[in-house]
Amino acid sequence: MGTLTIGIFSSVIGSMNFDFALKLSETAVNKGHKVNIWFSGNSTCAVKSNQKHMKDYSTGEKPLKALLEKGVEVCTCEACTLARGIQKTDSIEGIQWNAMHWYLAKIHTSDRVLQIGGE
Amino acid sequence: MAQTKLAFVLQRPPYKSENPKLTITHAIAYQIVDILLDEGETVVPTLCFIGEGVLGCLKEQKAMESYGITSTESHLKNALLVDLDVLVCKEDLERFGIAEDRLVDAEDMGADKKIQVVPFEKIQREMETANHVLFF
Repeated sequence: MGTLTIGIFSSVIGSMNFDFALKLSETAVNKGHKVNIWFSGNSTCAVKSNQKHMKDYSTGEKPLKALLEKGVEVCTCEACTLARGIQKTDSIEGIQWNAMHWYLAKIHTSDRVLQIGGE
Repeated sequence: MAQTKLAFVLQRPPYKSENPKLTITHAIAYQIVDILLDEGETVVPTLCFIGEGVLGCLKEQKAMESYGITSTESHLKNALLVDLDVLVCKEDLERFGIAEDRLVDAEDMGADKKIQVVPFEKIQREMETANHVLFF
């Protein structure tokens, strides 16, 4: 089995990129692959806890929690997240906070890397 | 020694998008990645500017005055200061009528590295020889 690292740069609402990345992660982890997810830019808003899942909008919290429970490592760019007014105390439990070298280190140990989104 | 070669390819213009700064700061992060890697392992990034991305390489950007934010120029200078290889597509510069003397340098900061203006063919080779391509 391989290791897949996905860098997500799109916001949770506004495009299907985020949804696609999480679905792909779920599929990969269900097949037995190791998956790492890196949030940077607008995607970091997805780490906010207590998201209200309104039917008209995608939600990040529920699928993210499910991925965390399956052993997916999820890390958010601390600077990008704080710049958007989200504090660590607001964050979904289990999501790591780190800097961009975390992403590079995961890339280094990955068989495949997908970089998704970015406006 | 295990080395992972990364090609960061930037195609977005310097403002109106977060991509240019994210590209450069992610590449610069190679400076401290070693603390998360095993002994002797390393990541080697190359920063490539193509398409409208080459506009971010112009010097004398006034981002702080206009937008109240640090400029892509200042990030690029930091990239040169930490010895990143920065490749800029020659053909795309020509399309925009940008002469090489209008490009950022970091001599004032004491950087040894300079922006390299290269044919797209060279950037293509960088992408082909990289372990991973990160397209912004």
